[in-house]
Amino acid sequence: MAFIEARGVRKTYFPKGVPPVHALDGLDLDVPQGTIKGLLGPNGAGKTTAVKALTTLIVPEEGTMTIDGIDVKAHPEQIRPIIGVSGQYAAVDENLTGFENLEMVGRLYHLGAKASRARATELIELFDLVEAQNRPVKGFSGGMRRRIDLAGALVARPRVLFLDEPTTGLDPRSRLALWDVIRSLASDGATVLLTTQYLEEADVLADHISVIDGGRVIAEGTTDELKNSIGGARIEISLGADAADNVVATRAVLAKLGTSEPILAPDGRTLTMPVDNAPAALATALGELGKRGIVPSDAGMRRPTLDDVFLQLTGHAATIEEEAAEPSKKSRRSRKGEK
Amino acid sequence: MVPTSPLARFMSDGWIATRRNLIKIKRVPDILVFTLLQPIMFVLLFTYVYGGAIQIPGSNYTEFLMAGIFAQTVVFGATYSGSAMAQDLKDGIIDRFRTLPMSNATVLIGRTNGDLAINLLSVIVMMVTGFIVGWRINSGPLQAVAAVALLLLFSYAMSWVMAFIGMSVRSPEVINNVSFILLFPLTFVSNAFVPADTLPTPLRIFAEWNPVSALVQAVRELFGNVPAGTPVGDTWMQQNAPAAVVIGAALLLVIFVPLAISKFSRIASR
Repeated sequence: MAFIEARGVRKTYFPKGVPPVHALDGLDLDVPQGTIKGLLGPNGAGKTTAVKALTTLIVPEEGTMTIDGIDVKAHPEQIRPIIGVSGQYAAVDENLTGFENLEMVGRLYHLGAKASRARATELIELFDLVEAQNRPVKGFSGGMRRRIDLAGALVARPRVLFLDEPTTGLDPRSRLALWDVIRSLASDGATVLLTTQYLEEADVLADHISVIDGGRVIAEGTTDELKNSIGGARIEISLGADAADNVVATRAVLAKLGTSEPILAPDGRTLTMPVDNAPAALATALGELGKRGIVPSDAGMRRPTLDDVFLQLTGHAATIEEEAAEPSKKSRRSRKGEK
Repeated sequence: MVPTSPLARFMSDGWIATRRNLIKIKRVPDILVFTLLQPIMFVLLFTYVYGGAIQIPGSNYTEFLMAGIFAQTVVFGATYSGSAMAQDLKDGIIDRFRTLPMSNATVLIGRTNGDLAINLLSVIVMMVTGFIVGWRINSGPLQAVAAVALLLLFSYAMSWVMAFIGMSVRSPEVINNVSFILLFPLTFVSNAFVPADTLPTPLRIFAEWNPVSALVQAVRELFGNVPAGTPVGDTWMQQNAPAAVVIGAALLLVIFVPLAISKFSRIASR
């Protein structure tokens, strides 16, 4: 039995005035002990709901979930001491200092007063918050709050760590530092389930990836397996300022080079086509485009990325919807039903 | 020290959650300033604005009024539990607490204890203000302590009610309006500021059965502020006010403590 196991998990929300949302629609997951599992999916795919269900925050109406053989639905009180959780939004007390937040979490894990203080000090150093530790969190930047929240998940050195989009809102340096922390936790034997909208993050960190969409897993494997599953190399043509006039013609040229359809990136001017022999296909494409008087601004070949896996499997990009929907709080609230 | 027995853990969790709210009082002095200024303002307003116009048979208005101000203030003090629970939900920290290995009652116990601390402080401030404008305790120290204890008991029960409502409405802004609509009639349609027998019949009946009226009457009696001739309602609740307060608070606790804990164990922020 895998360390974290989910079978046929269903969770339906009934937002007012719209049809029911099947946030989880028969989710199956297996995470072996000591590995990092990446949960990838577009916004609204059910990533956060999956984390909430596994961390005892919501109770799904169907399916079974176990962590280390313990039934999550039946014994949430046995699950809580062994897990550490960091949700999508920093769960910190605004009026407490960074240190006080961590010390409180330690006390509530029943580490004892002295050990809680020592652990808080350790984590403050690990997350580079020494100078800010005695200021109320209210005055922290978004990235600093995130770090305090992540540190909160690590207080009890949990054997299982759930991280819901852990690096969203972090600057590149903090992101790299956090990646190091997650890797060292896993090498010490912790089991990590991580959701992310950054494909690069899953690529770098995860031993194993589950792509989810519509509340269920639609593909699984290591990053290499996933990339190979959608075929070999691809060629990419970027059009210049006259893109709008030439997209249709370019698409027609590319479509003749392989068996699948060219994919237009959200920028509206970059077309990607999976092909068998990339150098030959690229030469042909440029020749054909030249005949039609189309001059690309850029052209090249590349190996598939997780982005391509995403596009191919879900029919939409991973991050675009997220970017369009995230900036305002209002839209976040109106999409509450998806969570 | 590492708490090992279930009881030791429960006590330790309760203290940690309470300490969190005490630190908040310290860090956000506005809460305390306004909580304490408001009753002072009410004492002064009612004494000097209405005091000349309202005649209380057998008593003077300041003597009559103070128990009403005490009761009104502690009942409104319960609103903090409502708005704080709503705020915690909004901030997402409820999700953190709910994934920690502690009882579902912990956060609520800490919250209502925080209200208790604020309410104790405001009762002391009001008593001092009352002394300055001429209010006196005409009973013994034991009765006076009992009066303060009843005020705190009733407000503690109300804190659980408001915490439940705060988790239900989920918005710190809405909870203030809800408490306004709920608590204003409860405190004003009572014997807090005028004798209940001066009210039109339907309001008088409501006032005589209003638990806040029982609290006001009990506090008046225990502070010795009911000189001969002061009108007292003839319902059981008015005649046996201290017992009525204890029973009323116990009922509220029996109903709302389990409701609030069960609500807490099912909520998730956002």
